[in-house]
Amino acid sequence: MCNTCGCNVTDANRHLLDEHHDHHHGHDHHAAEAGTAAAGGSVAVLKRLLDANDHEAAHNREHFDEYGVLAINLMSSPGSGKTRLLEATIEALGGELRIGVIEGDLETENDAARIRAKGVPAHQITTGTACHLDAHMIHHALHHVPLRGLDVLFIENVGNLVCPASFDLGQHRNVTLLSVTEGDDKPAKYPVMFRAADLMLITKTDLLAVIDEFSPGRATHAFRALAQESPVLAVSAKTGAGLETWLAWLRSEVAAQKTRAAAGETIRPKVQSDGVAQHSLGAA
Amino acid sequence: MHELSVCQALVDQLRDLATRESAQRITRVLLRVGPLSGVVPDLLAHAFPIAAAETIAEGAALAIEDARVRVRCRTCGAETDAEPGSLVCGGCGDFRTDLVSGDELLLVSVELER
Repeated sequence: MCNTCGCNVTDANRHLLDEHHDHHHGHDHHAAEAGTAAAGGSVAVLKRLLDANDHEAAHNREHFDEYGVLAINLMSSPGSGKTRLLEATIEALGGELRIGVIEGDLETENDAARIRAKGVPAHQITTGTACHLDAHMIHHALHHVPLRGLDVLFIENVGNLVCPASFDLGQHRNVTLLSVTEGDDKPAKYPVMFRAADLMLITKTDLLAVIDEFSPGRATHAFRALAQESPVLAVSAKTGAGLETWLAWLRSEVAAQKTRAAAGETIRPKVQSDGVAQHSLGAA
Repeated sequence: MHELSVCQALVDQLRDLATRESAQRITRVLLRVGPLSGVVPDLLAHAFPIAAAETIAEGAALAIEDARVRVRCRTCGAETDAEPGSLVCGGCGDFRTDLVSGDELLLVSVELER
């Protein structure tokens, strides 16, 4: 099990294990917020466990905003069509938007090669055995993906409906894919992931003709039961059905990001830490 | 599956805290982990000794307090218990609710020796 054997130690998080890492964490923001020691040697902290990742994510977001680039985190199970969606999107846009892609997989350059074959710059992160991307990995990847001149950067996360939802990467929007072969109760089974979605995209709808067990209505109902008001769209990257609605959402988000960036504002995706920020840490 | 990564981040925070407080040893760590945090408390408890080995947190007791899933309805205003997979209002059934608690992933407090 990767939670106990240590196999999800990666280049990006190894420094967390390193005894001699003080130079990484000497900045001011890591020194803040701790309470003073009370009698008995008990120190109140009340700080997010993933605080270091959150700070790195905020830095990434600043980079995206500096260049006016919209960053979208694509999350789903393995094989639900994330790369195929990107290929279809690139083809359908025909150069209308300037796109960059960061691909996350355990092994192989296959997905980045598929994107490059469409004429779009792509950088592959191979995580080894890690089950998710984190903000440090994205920071390193940004050295290989020039943001200048891009309209949108897609980050295709590792195929996994659990872990990626817990790590902010600095993106502005989360798009969660649900393919019709997976079952329409997935939002109820994986609430942490689907709560984080700014858009749920039902994919492979061309297969609905042969998979009548899947009801887009039931999937939407399960999604709404998570107090989710985000839009739900349905597409088939294969036939192009529904693709225009997805592109319209994308265009409007790119335009909104340019407006925000010009005004010096930013936006965070729906992530699981929002409730914590609002309710457990007060207005801080 | 990502609980070890979370524990490594925790140990990192404990190291910084111990340095700041001039602590020689950390004896107890209290976390608050809600069901909607995406992290499983039992797996955290298994991973912690591995992440803490040969650090200032080695041997520290890890306590994890639960957080109930609670929602407040935007329609009727009721605050009710909910389930991780169904966050609808327990009063009127409306889905338009805000999470009051349940997604915490917090380092609450640390006991240490100087």
